Amino acid sequence: MQIELRDIHKTFGPVHANAGISLIVESASILGILGENGAGKSTLMKILSGFQDPDQGSILLDGKAEAIRSPADAIRLGIGMLHQDPLDFPPLKLVDDVILGSPGPLRPDRRKTVLQMRELSGRFGFDLEPDSYVDTLTVGERQQLEILRLLWMGARVLILDEPTTGISLPQKEKLFATIKKLASEGMTVLFVSHKLEDVQALCDRAVVLRQGVLVGGQEKPFDTKALVGLMFGKELPKSERAKVEAGATVLSTRNLCLDSIRLQIQGLDFSVCSGETIGLAGMEGSGQALFLSACAGLERAVSGCVSLGERDMTRSSHHDFKRRGVAYLPAARLEDGLVPGLSLSDHFVLAEGSRGPGASRALFIDRKKAAERAAARIASYNIKGRPESPVESLSGGNQQRALLALLREELLLILVEHPTRGLDIESTAYIWGKLKERCAKGAAIVFISSDLDEILQYSDRVLVFFSGRVSPPLDAESFGVEELGRLIGGSGWERFDTAETQHSSQAERGAVHA
Amino acid sequence: MTTGMLLIGLAGVLASAGPLVFAAIGEAITERAGITNLSMNGLILLSAMGGFATALATKSVVMGFLAGAAIGGAVSAIVAFSSITLKQSQVAVGFVLALLCRDLSYFLGNPIMGMPGPRLSIAPIPGLRDIPMLGVLFFRQDVMTYASFALIAAAGLYINKTRPGLVLRGLGEKPAAAYARGANVSRLRYFYTIAGGALAGLAGPMYSLSIKAGWKGTITGLDGMGWIALAITIFGGWSPFKVALGAYLFAFLQWLGLVLQSAWPSVPSQVLQVAPFPLMILTLLFVNMGNAEWVETSLAKLPEKPRRVVAKALRAINVKPPAALGTPFEKD
Amino acid sequence: MLRHSMPSSRGTKALFQFGAVILALVLATLVLIATGAPPFAAYGSIVKGAVGSWGVASDTVVAWVPLLLVTAGLLVTFTVGLWNIGIEGQITLGAIFATWALRSLDGGQVDPGLAITIAFAAGMAGGALWAMLVGALKTFGGVNEIFGGLGLNYVATALNIWLIFGPWKRPGIASMSGTLPFDKAYWLPTVNEQSRLAPVALIVAIVAIVLIFLLIQGTYFGLKLKAVGKNPKAAFLLGIPTWQYLMASFAICGALAGLAGAVQVTAVYHRLIPSISSGYGYLGLMVAMLVGYSAVWAAPVALFFAALNVGAIQLPITLKLDSSLSGVIQGTLVLFVILAEGLRGRIMGKKGRAGS
Repeated sequence: MQIELRDIHKTFGPVHANAGISLIVESASILGILGENGAGKSTLMKILSGFQDPDQGSILLDGKAEAIRSPADAIRLGIGMLHQDPLDFPPLKLVDDVILGSPGPLRPDRRKTVLQMRELSGRFGFDLEPDSYVDTLTVGERQQLEILRLLWMGARVLILDEPTTGISLPQKEKLFATIKKLASEGMTVLFVSHKLEDVQALCDRAVVLRQGVLVGGQEKPFDTKALVGLMFGKELPKSERAKVEAGATVLSTRNLCLDSIRLQIQGLDFSVCSGETIGLAGMEGSGQALFLSACAGLERAVSGCVSLGERDMTRSSHHDFKRRGVAYLPAARLEDGLVPGLSLSDHFVLAEGSRGPGASRALFIDRKKAAERAAARIASYNIKGRPESPVESLSGGNQQRALLALLREELLLILVEHPTRGLDIESTAYIWGKLKERCAKGAAIVFISSDLDEILQYSDRVLVFFSGRVSPPLDAESFGVEELGRLIGGSGWERFDTAETQHSSQAERGAVHA
Repeated sequence: MTTGMLLIGLAGVLASAGPLVFAAIGEAITERAGITNLSMNGLILLSAMGGFATALATKSVVMGFLAGAAIGGAVSAIVAFSSITLKQSQVAVGFVLALLCRDLSYFLGNPIMGMPGPRLSIAPIPGLRDIPMLGVLFFRQDVMTYASFALIAAAGLYINKTRPGLVLRGLGEKPAAAYARGANVSRLRYFYTIAGGALAGLAGPMYSLSIKAGWKGTITGLDGMGWIALAITIFGGWSPFKVALGAYLFAFLQWLGLVLQSAWPSVPSQVLQVAPFPLMILTLLFVNMGNAEWVETSLAKLPEKPRRVVAKALRAINVKPPAALGTPFEKD
Repeated sequence: MLRHSMPSSRGTKALFQFGAVILALVLATLVLIATGAPPFAAYGSIVKGAVGSWGVASDTVVAWVPLLLVTAGLLVTFTVGLWNIGIEGQITLGAIFATWALRSLDGGQVDPGLAITIAFAAGMAGGALWAMLVGALKTFGGVNEIFGGLGLNYVATALNIWLIFGPWKRPGIASMSGTLPFDKAYWLPTVNEQSRLAPVALIVAIVAIVLIFLLIQGTYFGLKLKAVGKNPKAAFLLGIPTWQYLMASFAICGALAGLAGAVQVTAVYHRLIPSISSGYGYLGLMVAMLVGYSAVWAAPVALFFAALNVGAIQLPITLKLDSSLSGVIQGTLVLFVILAEGLRGRIMGKKGRAGS
């Protein structure tokens, strides 16, 4: 089935997620859709699969305009979407998961479905036992199940959203073989990914989205440099960067192993010194958030150790970390970092109450003093709000300033998830100004960002994350956007395989710059 | 006690458990769809009173049961509206309705208190009634008790063996996935909340038209059954068969209390009457044990082999609620 | 997205709540008419039964005391986001502990003031203990506090009955009227011979609600409770040990509930009776829900609810109506306020989105 998207527009508040996107996908072909986080890929696919309505634009299937108002419509038209986190039902058996939602008689014929499942499994080399339970499957197997289900339902279009996150290499190879086979049999495939290597290996064509716009495309064979350029933009002239005197090691990890549902980080040796800024680059879900949480004591290590200076903190709680001068700023400012319903003044009172040994032990809150202190902080951080403003009424930028203002004066280490996500240039510069002030006072900063320019501009060293693999610390001054982009997309990691052993011994000796 | 007396006693247990079977299975269906209907206690009392009043006025037991179901459905509709459309706390609205319907039943039922009314009669099944032992137990009951047996089978069949039953299970597990498969989550949740409530609404008249016929106000002895039904729903892991088992267990404990009364006259009767309640609810601790965080973390610390064994044992006794129970669904 | 400025949103909230109250009264009136009862005569009877004479007025205040204590405690658990349905059992355990204390001191030559103080303290300890048991079940057993509380309510009732009919029974035949009354010296002094109103109890209740108001609104502890209740994740990141605060709020609420039980035992009944908690726990939950968990309105609304309950006692006599009419009015009020809040959210939410 040929798909045409014509002039699709979708806005969420101030964000123009899709700005006039038009593209055509022929049947029996595989189209790769590339782009950074927030480029608009998910929104576009949600529109095609019926989860969202476009504000403007139309969708044509085989030349005929169709209205896709809900997932049910999409299913009916033969469009199947494999979500990044497969939408399946863990406590059910595989066969039941497949049958759920399909049209048919009151009593589903399980036996027939099992046979059909086995036949499809055999055709594509899947190893799925229909009578087993969904929650016993690995992520890769759940994907296979979902593809099986979509095929069984008669999908003629397959949308795959970041399917290779969290699956093993043999599973990925099997997946690609399956997709190629399906395409050769007439399926239209849309492959959304940030992984350059995958797109290059699998797709016939690739298009790149950036900030809601379709900025370009290529046919096979692909020019990596050009693709990276389209995805991440041009190099910016480097701004002057203050040389910071790095001091003693603030935090270090040795042989750290972390486990989450989708990925594992193995044997990570890392250290950061006071005054240093380290940026964690990589696509979301590559392990940076997991690692950052571990540095804050919010995530328990499977093995290895985390130390603050000389002190082993591997078994310590987050509050122990806090007491020793570690601060953690979450990405979801209102959901995780602030308390909706409480005012700015309240937040300052709460933050002050749990400060070090000199905390006020009084029973009652001196409201006037609290308001004064709050007003002072608001002024010094330029927050657009009053002490009694509820935090949910602040804009994103002001919420971030508030989070910064809540930090203690003397901090050892600041861990920030996406410090400037969704903020305008002015707020971004301001936030970084405040953070760098702290660096000058000796604090170390480790931050996550999807914005490569931000990473390169503010970090002293950069770690790139890809599917749980971590690069050794890279010197931000000598790396460029293009090279980083490649690493983020998964290519160019071979150079670390021999160098890695050198790096870990260097880190042990406490060397600072690569 | 002779075998004959024992059998009759047990047959009575099956009959007195009937209301609980209806209520608990009704709630299990509602909760499988993802909604908690905490109004159960008040709903049952109100439907018992309303069913009896209707039967009294129309001189028809059938009308009484229909009225009970209608009342159950109506009360549940309020719960559904507040939870699904208005997205308010399910606990809050359920709890208020539990108290409100209870007081409504006492207030509206005042005039008919103590009046004699129509009773559901025993309807032994010819032929089957004479089977030794089983005949006394199962086939000399009234119509609604037969219906309760049938309900267990029907509900089990529906949930496990039909297409819509599968969708029901999906609703409470991952409504987002059910939505992705084309289900109208809100509409279905409304349906199952009201349907479950209507089933529970049959429990009340079963009591006031059969087991302890008539409406006796605060001495009815029906107060508390709704809370027990809610507990049994959890105890039975939201599965009709296990839920029914819980209902029979509870009724058996109550009967046992009466029997032991004569054996232990020193123990106050009220204690034995009340005892099954905490026993049932405290078993929730046992079956919920596997969900506690500290259990999970200590489990993770065990080496591979013993961990598998313990995990399997926990899985057998443990009940995991429908993952999306109590959370509103945002289509987003 | 900016919210509406404070005054207008408070205004619409009050408007919706007012509408809810009116609708609830209309519905209650309709129910009365449907049963053929004269609605205004019924309301009049309730009013007369609550404040018509000094006798009933003092009874209203007597009912107000435990209700106010319980509501004060529940405000704490609601602030931290808990549904403390186990409150009834906490009242009962307080009563049991207080009875135990007085029975142990009975016959001794202990100064009555001291004895009653000990009884109050014992009651608070018993209630707090019972509440923390619910908390422990939740924190360590993963048992939802609603069902844990319900279960323990039944255990408390069973314990109470066993004590009254067992170890603490009256000599001779155990009776539903409870244990043997305490020595008169240990009765909390009342206003006069006819009334059951003890000024001490009233003062304790008022002090309690004031203290709770100050605690929640004015202290660091109260602010931290609010944070845990509104966003436990953020509260944790801000450095608050969430589970400790949950347990602390259970303890405070249980202590106040236990105090209510102790008051009932020492001031009103002077002995332990089977239905010592009298439904005050559930009623307190309703009051708390109605006042939106804010301490300012707790006292007057609790007084109103107490008046409804006491006033309705006359209904069977004057109009042959069941006294549960008070419960009907109370329940309808709370239900409609909940629905009104939901409707307001839906209507205002749509408006807000259209505007932005």
